[in-house]
Amino acid sequence: MNSLREVHRPDVSFRWILMICAWVAFLLLTGFFIFLFDLGFPALRDLGFNLLTLEWNPPLKVFGMVSFIYGTLLTSLLALFIATPVSVASAVVLSELAPGKLAKALGFLVEMLAAIPSIVYGLWGLFFLVPILRETVMPFVQKFVGFLPIFGGPIYGVSVFSAAVILAIMVIPTITAVCREIFANIPQVQRDGMLALGATRFEMIQVAVLDSSRSGIFGAMVLGLGRALGETMAVTMLIGNRSELDFSWFAPGQTMASAMASEVAEASGTHLAALGMVGFVLLLISALVFYSTKWALKGSGR
Amino acid sequence: MNSKNLLVTKGLKAFVADFEILHGIDLAVGEREVVALIGPSGCGKSTFLRCLNRLHEETEGAHVEGSVVLEGIELYDRKSDPVALRRRIGMVFQKPNPFPSMSVFDNVAAGIVLQGVKNKSVLQEAVERSLRQAALWDEVKDYLDRPGTSLSGGQQQRLCIARALTVKPPVLLMDEPTSALDPISTAKIEELVAHLKEQMTIVVVTHNMQQASRISDRTAFFLYGNVVEYGATREVFTTPKNRKTEEYITGRFG
Amino acid sequence: MISRDLKSRLMVALCYALLALALVPLLSILYTVISKGLPALSLDFFLKTPVPVGEAGGGIGHAILGTLLLILMASAIGVPLGLAMGILLSEYPKRKTARALRTVVEVLSSVPSIVVGLFAYAVIVKPMKGFSAHAGAVALAIVMVPMIARSSEEMLKLVPTSVREAGLALGLPRWKVILKIVVGGSIGSLIVSVLLAVARIAGETAPLLFTAFGSQRWFQGLNQPIASLPVTIYNYAISPYEDWHEKAWGGALVLIVLVVGLNLFVRMMWTKRRSTRS
Repeated sequence: MNSLREVHRPDVSFRWILMICAWVAFLLLTGFFIFLFDLGFPALRDLGFNLLTLEWNPPLKVFGMVSFIYGTLLTSLLALFIATPVSVASAVVLSELAPGKLAKALGFLVEMLAAIPSIVYGLWGLFFLVPILRETVMPFVQKFVGFLPIFGGPIYGVSVFSAAVILAIMVIPTITAVCREIFANIPQVQRDGMLALGATRFEMIQVAVLDSSRSGIFGAMVLGLGRALGETMAVTMLIGNRSELDFSWFAPGQTMASAMASEVAEASGTHLAALGMVGFVLLLISALVFYSTKWALKGSGR
Repeated sequence: MNSKNLLVTKGLKAFVADFEILHGIDLAVGEREVVALIGPSGCGKSTFLRCLNRLHEETEGAHVEGSVVLEGIELYDRKSDPVALRRRIGMVFQKPNPFPSMSVFDNVAAGIVLQGVKNKSVLQEAVERSLRQAALWDEVKDYLDRPGTSLSGGQQQRLCIARALTVKPPVLLMDEPTSALDPISTAKIEELVAHLKEQMTIVVVTHNMQQASRISDRTAFFLYGNVVEYGATREVFTTPKNRKTEEYITGRFG
Repeated sequence: MISRDLKSRLMVALCYALLALALVPLLSILYTVISKGLPALSLDFFLKTPVPVGEAGGGIGHAILGTLLLILMASAIGVPLGLAMGILLSEYPKRKTARALRTVVEVLSSVPSIVVGLFAYAVIVKPMKGFSAHAGAVALAIVMVPMIARSSEEMLKLVPTSVREAGLALGLPRWKVILKIVVGGSIGSLIVSVLLAVARIAGETAPLLFTAFGSQRWFQGLNQPIASLPVTIYNYAISPYEDWHEKAWGGALVLIVLVVGLNLFVRMMWTKRRSTRS
């Protein structure tokens, strides 16, 4: 291999500058794991497996983070459960049903939904959504299925359920966007083929569009899950910030993110370290979800 | 036909990764002549062209072996500088590729501006000269500050030729310069080649056999990474020595 | 036959209904923020700092200024880094560093912003023993970098390879081709990707909660806590005071105008560029 390649000095320096910037990113990523683990290490050392208990009580120096993990998973999964049908239907309208201009306008509005800051969702949620849920939705649900433990207990308004609703609203644009992209990659012949067989519009969509993008829709959900897991402000404002495990969805709760948001600024010592560990675990979970997203969206044409 | 060979290749091999695209090409191009490279797609003629200004090696994983000598200087020598040599060899590409968001003027001036020429009158002179040479001046002289991309396809291609001429290269490489153009624009470019050859050497890759016979002095027929036949255009087209060449130019190839 | 057709129509209607449902919050948010926020706005709101609870008047000018300062500082760090990464990704895509960087940038952009805040806390606030504008700016910059890297890569990739080759064929060194022709020719779209990142960090709250923290006063120095619009909205919103709630809505209106305004501006610029190009 005789490459004969003369390399220009400024070219090399230029490339090196870019490389150094890339290294900043590598250092940053490793830094995340190292520094958060370091921040949380005292808690791991002092408490060990006690971090994996249910009770979180800073004054008593009891720091079990399981209820946070539960809160994070519950709110996120509930949010996905609400958001997915809405998102898939929205994507169907945007890519299959609405005529060009209307689709553009509606698509723009959905994108605007993603541009609104989390704090504004929180504010609106707290003063607009929560009263509606507290006065109307929750009593209504309780009247019919209140015997189920998940819908039981006193109604506060701020609750796991409220947090899940706001999260659902917030992940809709994410899931919709991915589904739209996936639908757009479906070859037109697939649709034409169904229509030529005498299928109605919806039968065509069902078979040619939805059935063939199952794995893609699943990938979109995982991506939405990633967003929901780390979402902080709106959840912190709507979930009630109570670090006690309650099986009722109408009761206040706490997620990993909301626990950090509401406690880190005033924490010190073991309390701070325990919150550092919460952050480290959230980092691990979001990295895990990231790889699942990669895996799930692989081969779905994205 | 030619007094002196300006550009000579010897045993030129081109690779992408481990795949050998050219199997050792020996070709000599004389001063102020037009050489056409013809052959089926994938035969290596474009790659050959890109070896002549050391553009091939810019492709990731590509390298070149063998020798190319321009005006007695070995281009693939350790000491020679690809950036400097490319100023001696201009290139026009298959699709017009004016620099985005640059005006007509800036496009034509780019080659010398980015080398540090700042004097306004020098630039203006150079731009006008190049545009006149490229037979575009009359059409664009009032629109010099419009974006280069706003011109028609044929005008854009002549703009790209003008851009290459500003650097005053003794050699101009053209890679299927008319394949993206309509017949009228094509005719203009062919006319242009006839004028330009009075001042420079032109190597042109073309798919269009009529074009090759119209504009070139000599023609090389490429096949599977080899030069099968190279000679005066008239002879290659009327009395080809090689059976494959004959099959190709009469359209019975394949 | 009719029932199949009817079913199809019903399902189509259902899809439209669900999309409408998804858009209800958007309209409701815009309406609520405007109707509750407008009454809160006054000259004092923009020019004054808070007064003690119970007293009338005062404003959150310090928070608006703080947010602008934080954006400026974060951009000073984040924009060059992000752009450099975007250039590496688009211009040297096959280099090992670039391949690794692509994954790293994606992972970084999936890190929750609260975790970014905690990282900045661990790296800056804890060793320096205090909340500071520095820490807030670094946290926001970290949020910005992967966004800019990814979007600028995509913008630069829109420049056809043949344009780069034309530059090289003119005898220009690669760095000049990249900076003057590829980057120079994409300035408009690169501004778009920077502005989108700015719009995003303008509303970021979580990374600031325990880095920049918050303040009741005007700018006190870079190593001091600094107020920001989103954190102020948060603190006011969860307070029990009616007057503060009103100011929170006013702040939200300012924030929405900033963020949605930037998005609209970018979109208009983008469609205009597209239409002039084709």
